[in-house]
Amino acid sequence: MKEKSSIFSRFGDKQHRGRLMSFVLVIIAYIAVEVLVKTGNLGSMFSSLLVPITCYVVAAIGLNLNVGISGELNLGQAGFMSVGAFCGICVSGILAGSVTAGIPRLIIAIICGAVLAAVFGFLIGIPVLKLQGDYLAIVTLAFGQIIKSIFMNAYIGIDTDGLHFSFVESTFKLQPGGKMLLNGPMGATGTQKIANFTIGTILVIVALFVVYNLMFSRSGRAIMAARDNRIAAESVGIPISRTKMLAFVTSAALAGAAGALYGLNYSTLVPNKFDFNTSILILVYVVLGGLGNMTGTIISTVVLILLPELLRSLQDYRMLIYAVVLIVIMLVTNNEWLMTKWKSLFAGKAKGGA
Amino acid sequence: MKKMFKTSLAVAMSVCMAAALTACGGSGSASGSAPADGAAQTTESADAGAKIKIGGSGPLTGPAAVYGQAVKNAAEIAVEEVNAKGGLQFELNMQDDAHDPEKAVTAYGVLKDWGMQASLATVTSAPGAAVSPSYAEDKIFAITPSGSSTSVIFADPDNLSGAFGNVFQMCFTDPNQGTASADYISGHADLGSKVAIIYKNDDNYSKGIHDTFVAEAAAKNLAVVYEGTFDDSNAQDFTVQLGKAQEAGADILFLPIYYDPASLILTQANGMGYKPTFFGVDGMDGILGLEGFDTSLAEGVYLLTPFSADATDELTVNFVNKYKEKFGEVPNQFAADAYDCVYAIAQACEAAGVTADMSADEICAKLVEQFTSMTFSGLTGSEMTWNANGEVTKSPKAVVIQNGVYVGVEE
Repeated sequence: MKEKSSIFSRFGDKQHRGRLMSFVLVIIAYIAVEVLVKTGNLGSMFSSLLVPITCYVVAAIGLNLNVGISGELNLGQAGFMSVGAFCGICVSGILAGSVTAGIPRLIIAIICGAVLAAVFGFLIGIPVLKLQGDYLAIVTLAFGQIIKSIFMNAYIGIDTDGLHFSFVESTFKLQPGGKMLLNGPMGATGTQKIANFTIGTILVIVALFVVYNLMFSRSGRAIMAARDNRIAAESVGIPISRTKMLAFVTSAALAGAAGALYGLNYSTLVPNKFDFNTSILILVYVVLGGLGNMTGTIISTVVLILLPELLRSLQDYRMLIYAVVLIVIMLVTNNEWLMTKWKSLFAGKAKGGA
Repeated sequence: MKKMFKTSLAVAMSVCMAAALTACGGSGSASGSAPADGAAQTTESADAGAKIKIGGSGPLTGPAAVYGQAVKNAAEIAVEEVNAKGGLQFELNMQDDAHDPEKAVTAYGVLKDWGMQASLATVTSAPGAAVSPSYAEDKIFAITPSGSSTSVIFADPDNLSGAFGNVFQMCFTDPNQGTASADYISGHADLGSKVAIIYKNDDNYSKGIHDTFVAEAAAKNLAVVYEGTFDDSNAQDFTVQLGKAQEAGADILFLPIYYDPASLILTQANGMGYKPTFFGVDGMDGILGLEGFDTSLAEGVYLLTPFSADATDELTVNFVNKYKEKFGEVPNQFAADAYDCVYAIAQACEAAGVTADMSADEICAKLVEQFTSMTFSGLTGSEMTWNANGEVTKSPKAVVIQNGVYVGVEE
């Protein structure tokens, strides 16, 4: 970890190259996919994966900011996604009458989802980020569980009389034509699907922009300093909990935005979707992509989402192979000899790796 | 240096393993009746136009896999039988959705790329609700064997309106099961008079049945003395709920849940010496086949199910024997529903003169017309009909477990 900050200070232009590469990669991928879609060469299977991929990429970039750059383990990224998702669905449902165009409504929903998730992140961060140690991991783990239970028991409906809300039991009766936005364990059903790949790609670019600008700013250097040596950072006057809070809240907001996009891509969403496993899955994308390495995170997310689908032809052996591939990737990326060979091959490539 | 060698060895071993498994997978899919999507297009082009492509997805992996596997197995048997008769030819492709709406949408994409012309939709409800709009949009006929939630067939399940029209159900909707159970219990005073319910409140299947059961019980003046809940994270210990039910003096315990937690409830109630009448719904089906479960504990359990593997009619006996022979276990109600789905599609196709060279769109229009007008008799009921919303009308059968087998209860 120590050598990393020195890499950044010594080779100033490397970071810019790495940054540029992320954007170029995303834009090239977008153009390639759009060409395939327009020429009708992209099958239904891949088309259905486009938006979820962008969602997970955004959530993973956010998590990487928190885990890789800030060095705080977060086990509740799916919880923030679910806050964003259900907030986005509710906002979209409420605005369905007034904002009929899909795109503006989607953007409003994404912003609301991001803001609400950021508020939750801020509230959690206040007590936890003042502590030293793994407390954030424990608290976010609990947060993920709690938020799931809350959405399982929340009932929100809208009809001509306005919004109705109840908890644990559905105590209200909607007017004819009313709509349940959130129906306890059944989650949201009959959501209008307004998400699309273009907005998803823009969201990825925005996420990269936000994260890179934060990383290479004064605050970003403070975040990394706090990660590498807390005492030294404190001694030069960096407010530790405030800088960590900045990374954590940004990470939560990105997860919220990703969640809103995800929620509006499916006609149904159950609270169970955003459980502990999903949080871990996003963490796996980040760890395999490389802590602090945004380009790597994007690539690993795309590969790990596509992999089980491409392995469908293996039928029953699918998940077995998937696990084996994960192990192989872990071993290969941790193999020093292979990595030095790899680095010498691409000497110019910026490596933020741990 | 030594460590590096070890790591390299591990990598090499993993790669070998992966390669070996890929080989297994390859040969397995070649002999299976559901070829892989990629292979399907090339191998099937030779006799394209001869077979009607039937898709479907279900949880073939994960905790709900037992239902997906049952549906896949039974559908395979049904397709083999239909094909063996000559005439109408089917080809089945069941994809895995791991009981996840997201994966179900991808599986739908896979099936669409494959050229599916009719479908068994999904096995479970939440994924069904995610793909039904796509079936409606792309005009592909679908009938779900066991996706029992109203959200599978209605775009607006709150008002039971906006039916998709081309998505049908072979099973009862959840509200129907709750209502039927309450009616049955209130009509049979000898079972008991005070009802306790333990349900899973993070599962829309369980919650849906519970809600309508409570509503119908209130209408029938049936006393519900205790309602206990559990969810995924605490589905191991039910002693608290059982203790409270016992305290409340409940003599009927209604369990609108799947058989896995139900088996624990039966075991733990037995341990506490609490012996109410247990009453389950179709999710209870399968409890006798559970490994490591003492089936004597299930003696006297009532359940409402449209299918009983011990029925003596020719159709059931034939199906159960074939299933046992091929897969080594007794089929459950999910399997029976899937078997009926394939036969119902076959019957409708024959009646409407559907051929494999028709587009999915054409087939859909013809099948919808047939399904809303025909009557169908199968394993899970006779004289079944469907309304324009896609809901089935058939009579649920109450069975009681005696000496380890289902015995039909006289009405």
